[in-house]
Amino acid sequence: MSDKNSVKDFVLSVEGLTVSFDGFKAVNDLSFYVEEGEIRVIIGPNGAGKTTVLDLICGKTKSTEGSIKFRGKELTKMTEHAIVHSGVGRKFQNPSIYEDLTVFENLELSFPRGRSVAGALFFRRDKEVLEAVEEVAETIFLHDQLHTTAGLLSHGQKQWLEIGMLLIQKPDLLMLDEPVAGMSVAERKRTAELLNRITKGRSVIVIEHDMQFVEDIAHRVTVMHQGKTLSEGSMERVKNDPKVIEVYLGH
Amino acid sequence: MSLNTRSLKTSMHSIKTVFPKGDLFYLAVLALFLGVLLPMTLDIFRLNMVGKYLTYAFVAVGLVLCWGYGGILSLGQGVFFGLGGYCMAMFLKLESSDPESTKIQSTPGIPDFMDWNQITELPWFWEPFYSLPFTIIAIIAVPTIFAYIIAVAMFKRRVGGVYFAIITQAIASILTILIIGQQGYTGGVNGITDLRTLLGWDIRTDSAKYVLYYVNFVCLMACLLIAQFVRKSKLGRLLVAMRGREDRVRFSGYDVSSFKIFVFCLGAAFSAIGGAMFTLQVGFMSPSFVGIVPSIEMVIFCAVGGRLSIFGAVYGALLVNWAKTTFSESFPELWLFAMGALFIGVVMAFPSGLAGIYKSHVEPFILRSWQKLKQAKPQPPEPPTSVPEKAPPPKTTPQNAAQPHPIVLTGSISPVGK
Amino acid sequence: MFSDYTSAELLSIFAMQGFAGLILFSVFVLMALGLAIIFGQMGVINMAHGEFMILGAYVTYLISNLFATYLPSLFGIYFFIAMIISFVAAGALGALVEWSFIRFLYQRPLDTLLATWGLSLILQQVYRSVFGAREVGVTLPDWLMGSIPLTETIELPINGMFVMGLTLTIAVAVYLLMYKSRWGCQVRAVVQNRPMAAAVGINTARIDRITFALGCGIAGVAGSAFTMIGSTGPTAGQLYIVDTFLVVVFGGAASLLGTIASAFTISQAQSTMEFFLSGSMAKVLTLLTVVIILMIRPQGLFAMKVRK
Repeated sequence: MSDKNSVKDFVLSVEGLTVSFDGFKAVNDLSFYVEEGEIRVIIGPNGAGKTTVLDLICGKTKSTEGSIKFRGKELTKMTEHAIVHSGVGRKFQNPSIYEDLTVFENLELSFPRGRSVAGALFFRRDKEVLEAVEEVAETIFLHDQLHTTAGLLSHGQKQWLEIGMLLIQKPDLLMLDEPVAGMSVAERKRTAELLNRITKGRSVIVIEHDMQFVEDIAHRVTVMHQGKTLSEGSMERVKNDPKVIEVYLGH
Repeated sequence: MSLNTRSLKTSMHSIKTVFPKGDLFYLAVLALFLGVLLPMTLDIFRLNMVGKYLTYAFVAVGLVLCWGYGGILSLGQGVFFGLGGYCMAMFLKLESSDPESTKIQSTPGIPDFMDWNQITELPWFWEPFYSLPFTIIAIIAVPTIFAYIIAVAMFKRRVGGVYFAIITQAIASILTILIIGQQGYTGGVNGITDLRTLLGWDIRTDSAKYVLYYVNFVCLMACLLIAQFVRKSKLGRLLVAMRGREDRVRFSGYDVSSFKIFVFCLGAAFSAIGGAMFTLQVGFMSPSFVGIVPSIEMVIFCAVGGRLSIFGAVYGALLVNWAKTTFSESFPELWLFAMGALFIGVVMAFPSGLAGIYKSHVEPFILRSWQKLKQAKPQPPEPPTSVPEKAPPPKTTPQNAAQPHPIVLTGSISPVGK
Repeated sequence: MFSDYTSAELLSIFAMQGFAGLILFSVFVLMALGLAIIFGQMGVINMAHGEFMILGAYVTYLISNLFATYLPSLFGIYFFIAMIISFVAAGALGALVEWSFIRFLYQRPLDTLLATWGLSLILQQVYRSVFGAREVGVTLPDWLMGSIPLTETIELPINGMFVMGLTLTIAVAVYLLMYKSRWGCQVRAVVQNRPMAAAVGINTARIDRITFALGCGIAGVAGSAFTMIGSTGPTAGQLYIVDTFLVVVFGGAASLLGTIASAFTISQAQSTMEFFLSGSMAKVLTLLTVVIILMIRPQGLFAMKVRK
């Protein structure tokens, strides 16, 4: 069905994407399409190139070949901050927050205004900012920790904070790299709720190993293996795909 | 929930002030110390020396922003100090090389060192320095543009840290060799000397030295205000954020390189002002303020003061230079030992420098004494700089109570929001 | 600028300048090898590296005086003994320095830079207090003096060739040590993944100390070789430190081969230009070219694209 649709119906179309590090192709001729409002989960064994795909989309790594189109814009030629401005947000595998700053300041810096040098110099902490920070802090369960130095938060809270930093950017495409890794069972449950809430109205790409979690949230699943798509479709379909079973259980 | 809103209001309040938590107090102390105490107690010879030391404080303040906040260690600040100083020196040199006073030269009307080097015509790049307005613009613009070129080339390609330090050091080395090698155009290893008047005003007299000291003082205060404004703006927090998590800043939609370029250029501009003030107060400029050794010494001024404290940097520059003069006068052979030990000691034992020692040892002591004083007297006097316009919030922490909230000043400094 | 010379003269000029460049190359390589190990493998900026080299030079000077006074009959071979003692002395000082402060600063490369700069100031003053501010030179044994005529216009000084031979030997030895020995493998393991190396039973603290000492020891040998072609003063080390860092960075910090190639390029460029321009302009142009190339290609000449 997706083949008949024209490109503009997809939020993100990745086509023929290849990146090579000194001859080693970490991502090899990969194509996939993400629809508006879809939650796509990418799974695959270690070294399959999952994180590299996110790196390529957000501009951290430059592709060798292929195209990434986000709402009709070609991302492969854009700088990282321009990609963010166009509406792509990305969470890293290990919580990447500003440990020396408070939770409030972490969120404030992520608020999408005053991103130029002059803008940052003359940025005012006005009502709009305060309300946005407060709203997001509420969402990520950190509203009573606003003035805590971020370095003192627990691992799970740091993960939430980073998700909050993305939320305040109001991205159209949210990319999460292992959002529940290292979390306790209780934290996992809260995070799943959190994700279900925040993914409304936006498209999401998630990389995750926790299969229960994947089943809870995924609309569609892409299985990667050695830089290529091995299988794609609903969780049910993917689970029963003999190729997937071989890759996961064959080792 | 209500508690939460209140805490947000206080953050909002504190960003309105460019000088929160007693920074105004420290600024006032510094201004009194440099502007009143020192001129009253020192003779003009010593005061002129202090003025010379203070020109390095410009560099040190710039380094606090670049290195302490931005994590960019430049080992080439002497380049900008020197360029600013040379721009000033070129103007002064041209003025003292009028045809009348240079008539014994084979080519009258050009600087003496050019004549010694068989140059018969003023080089083209010296021509504009007949004009004072051009010179003043050049003092800031030349080093800043040079810094901009370096910064764009390096930061756009994400060169940072150690590599940046080494390359700036190489640039300092290149410029020194160039200045020394091109004697005819630059005065060579002796530099540009024998500077006498500024628009006919003799800068070598005692009264001129007093005036220049205060000009220097005012410039330094202006630079401190700018530095404080940058430090307390969102840009200051971004620099701190970048130091730890550059990628995160980038993926929050900021062009990291442009912030680094900005802060490096600002540091260069500060250094250049310092260099120009050095030329004016000391009466010459030479390559010995440009190269690797002076550049790295400027870093130690900043490190001794505290790499995160702009006020500390001023004290650091004063203290190290004062020590250098004292040592070199009495025990010249010990000075390098002391300086070497200072480098190692400040890195190993006091990474936050004087400011750090003050914060961890002196401030708690003052606070304790203050509390005692308060208990002893039923009605304590207001702290000198605290001029509260509003009633203090109903519940203040002891920390807030002890630190003045300078609301008055901020209205005039903080910009109208965008 | 070539028109004043005949083609035969030009050839000799290039040959002689090329040879002078080779000697400069040897000094660069010897200094840069030690630095490449310390900076490239450990990430430590040793600004006192030049002073370690000068230590070797002064040790050689002392030994040559000792031999001249007490063992004149063995004067011909003093250099080999001096070289070994220089290596040991500089290495021991290196180990001491690593133990006393470098080991606390591994996570803060910019701070190692400042601390070792302080060390270099202290060492300079020590040299000045002990040996005086004047430059000192050693007397070469007879067999190292003179030169071999190659053609009518080209002569090769023996001491220069000796230094080059020495450089080659040391470079090969370092290469074998780093890439073929078990110890070198351990060093590279520690560099790439410290916790993992520790987990498989490598004593990382000891590896760090020995690596640092080795780099300093090689600098000592470099200083020893340096006395063969020039005199030594307390601040001579500082003259070379920035050039050497540029050599290492230009070559791509972690690559020994790159270090050698970049030392060759830089030294040849400088010595060839020196003949036609003044020495200072030749240096300015060389350094400027290197800096500009580094701005265009910051990872240096030999660096791998890696997946992070």
